[in-house]
Amino acid sequence: MSTTVSSPNPGTPRPVNAGPGERAAAVSAKPVGWRTPVILAAFALIALVFFGLMGPNQTASFGISTGSDFFQLPALEINAFAGGLVLSIVLLALAGYAVYLKTQDRPAPGWLNVAFIVLFVAAFLIWVVGGARTPAISLAGLIAGSVTLAVPLVFGSLSGVLCERVGVVNIAIEGQLLGGAFTAAIVATITQNPFIGLIAAAAAGAVVSMVLAVFSIKYVVNQIIVGVVLNVLVSGVTGFLFSTVMQANKAQFNSPPGLDIIEIPLLSGIPIIGPILFRQSLVGYLMYAAVLVVWVGLFKTRWGLRVRAVGEHPQAADTLGINVNATRFWNVTLGGAVAGIGGSFFTLVAIDSFTKEISGGRGFIALAALIFGRWNPIGAFFAALLFGFADNLQSIVTIIGTPVPSQFMAMLPYLVTVLAVAGLVGKSRGPAASGIPYVKG
Amino acid sequence: MPENPKPQHAAGETPETAPEQTAAAAAVDTAGGAMEPSAVPATAQSGQLPGGPDTVLRKIFTGSGMVSVLAVLLALVIGGLLIASTDKQVAATSTYLFARPADFLAAVWNAATRSYIALFQGSVFNPRGNTAAAQFAPFTETLTIATPLITAGLGVALAFRAGLFNIGAQGQIIMAGILAAWVGFALDLPLGLHLLLVLVAGIIGGAVWGGLVGLLKARTGAHEVILTIMFNYIALYFLRYLLNTPAFQRPGETNPISPILEASAVYPQILGGQFRLHLGFVLAIAATVLVWWLLNRSTVGFEFRAVGANPKAAQTAGINVSRATILVMAIAGGLAGLSGVAQVAGTEKVLTDGVAATYGFDAITVALLGRSTPWGTFAAGLLFGAFRAGAVQMQIQTGTPIDIVLVVQSLIVLFIAAPPLVRAVFGLNPRRKKPARAAKSRRAATTGGAA
Repeated sequence: MSTTVSSPNPGTPRPVNAGPGERAAAVSAKPVGWRTPVILAAFALIALVFFGLMGPNQTASFGISTGSDFFQLPALEINAFAGGLVLSIVLLALAGYAVYLKTQDRPAPGWLNVAFIVLFVAAFLIWVVGGARTPAISLAGLIAGSVTLAVPLVFGSLSGVLCERVGVVNIAIEGQLLGGAFTAAIVATITQNPFIGLIAAAAAGAVVSMVLAVFSIKYVVNQIIVGVVLNVLVSGVTGFLFSTVMQANKAQFNSPPGLDIIEIPLLSGIPIIGPILFRQSLVGYLMYAAVLVVWVGLFKTRWGLRVRAVGEHPQAADTLGINVNATRFWNVTLGGAVAGIGGSFFTLVAIDSFTKEISGGRGFIALAALIFGRWNPIGAFFAALLFGFADNLQSIVTIIGTPVPSQFMAMLPYLVTVLAVAGLVGKSRGPAASGIPYVKG
Repeated sequence: MPENPKPQHAAGETPETAPEQTAAAAAVDTAGGAMEPSAVPATAQSGQLPGGPDTVLRKIFTGSGMVSVLAVLLALVIGGLLIASTDKQVAATSTYLFARPADFLAAVWNAATRSYIALFQGSVFNPRGNTAAAQFAPFTETLTIATPLITAGLGVALAFRAGLFNIGAQGQIIMAGILAAWVGFALDLPLGLHLLLVLVAGIIGGAVWGGLVGLLKARTGAHEVILTIMFNYIALYFLRYLLNTPAFQRPGETNPISPILEASAVYPQILGGQFRLHLGFVLAIAATVLVWWLLNRSTVGFEFRAVGANPKAAQTAGINVSRATILVMAIAGGLAGLSGVAQVAGTEKVLTDGVAATYGFDAITVALLGRSTPWGTFAAGLLFGAFRAGAVQMQIQTGTPIDIVLVVQSLIVLFIAAPPLVRAVFGLNPRRKKPARAAKSRRAATTGGAA
């Protein structure tokens, strides 16, 4: 409903628009529903009551600069009550605009939802920090930390994009991340070279993916079954080898040299943006590159057109001479390699050794990011950032002592995803043939 | 995503059907109606290979029952190789592999069999026990661990039969555990009534959590796989939150652990005090009978299966698909809820954030191994319960990590899902299969062209 091509200003290129919602919008000549405006209004009212009227009367302080920036900006000081009130009134106005559009039988444009989410998060943040015992956080640190936590999520969801766009559901993202993390650790330790570890991680992810591909394409086993079972299998194998090999001899097998943070001179000193874009590990830079490459590849190249054709209508693609199952096989393998690289982030960048279940369910959050991002690489990227943000905020919230239990913050990505798939925040629909095996004939 | 992710159940009903063809046929049927549905039921098409009748022997060896056995065998062999690959003795003998290969092979055999013997002794029969009771104690432990696996597995299996992929047993167990435990330690009720209320609370907790997924699926079309995965995490964090609140945290305790359940709220131990086996196992048997009756004898069960086989046809035939979706998820949740009750009122007697352990996820493999039939699930639950129980003993005796169980478990399910692979490994693929298949697909191609 919300992401639509028929938005009043089709000139603005919204990445979210390029998703499969297009088809839905093109098909739906039906009148605009009340759902989106009503949901927006409800959330705006929640914001008004909790963040505005019941907002804490404290000054929330958001540090913008870190010590290493080359110029310092003063911290942002906002009265939580006033800030919450102003933002929630803006939110109400946005919701009102959506209602107005509905009465005109026009759908809410895509930017409205994005703006709504951003402002709602801001109001929430001000409320959380304003109500804390020590109402001050470093915004720069919060955002940089979010990006860091989002790195494996982004790789995982890109893997999901590559697989689902070609018509194979990838529940095994978790297993691919875990396999990548394990292989990166062991190979980097043995070779004493993190770059070889990185390549090995990609290979390991690809191997896990190939099993998924062989079973779901050649043996036509239900893709979800294979995915679920693969997660267990990888968890078992890595856990077994960790207990038998790595723990017995940590120095020889489980102390990988890490990938260093590469700072780009000058640019890395820019407040907020610098640490995010120009103070990353190799894996971090690869993440940005991968998002762009996958997006361009999927939507601007012949390869991408074929991939999407296979994912949307394999029969038609087959008729036009595309080898459906080969396309699926190689795409799924590629997806696994991407997720494997994401897994290497755990052992080569974040932590300096492998432990059991190091991926800790992030493969499933990546799956959520994929859906929330509407099967679009850039959408998935921002969704992963949002989830990384929630994850990071959760730990910060525990430190500064706020009234919101950290468990609810941890729950947030999952709740948001439920809302997303239930169609409460716009329609989210995957590639038509995703999950359906293709039997030629 | 598939409307009907369950090719197995058809195969389970007619064991002599070549399952991989069934799978393929079912896949064709699920292609969103894009293909011409076959006039003959998919299960009936490929019962016999052309070119002469099958021998009885061939039927036995290629049937799905045999495939299950071979799949288990193959998984155990691979697991054994994995054990051997990290064994010290094997590593030592491998240095002179070419000089004396027999040593190496003997070391491999020893490493694997030692672990599996320990597994067996820990799960079925321990010959070193002094009394008969001590000798069979491992078996009661197997039954205890199998209890939550069976009931949660039944929930997953039931949903499978209705074409729903219920990955949410984990969350349903947790929600059931929360409610059951609270009733168990917070209320003070007479004996009997208290336990009954614990049971009811647990079932309701699971049923509501499962039914909610069904409701969302029926109302909004959201995919149940995504919903259940997310609901698992929501339940887990909700539990962790509760265990830090005064209502749930044990007084004077800093760890997230609840008070111990009242004596009147726990399952009685059915074999006396020295064994952990509790009433929950009897209830698991009862639940298996109930699910069997529900699926095979009741109208509701018929509706579930019809929806699972083809939702559109079921809708056309006047079955309320939405109602069936919600109901089957609620019942599945209730069954998983039984596992939650078995955990808090039977095995653990307290509520921690590990209440569901990995039972919810294991339940999926249990249901798959059991081919989504009630008694198959029961048997699979026993097998995996034995693995779990024996693995503890195995780790103590031989140092083989418990994780090997995960490997074997998942390999079993993978192999069972792909019978052609298993038959290929054991060289059982019928020779005449290939031409037969080619002819079949040619036929399909021509009809496809005509349509």
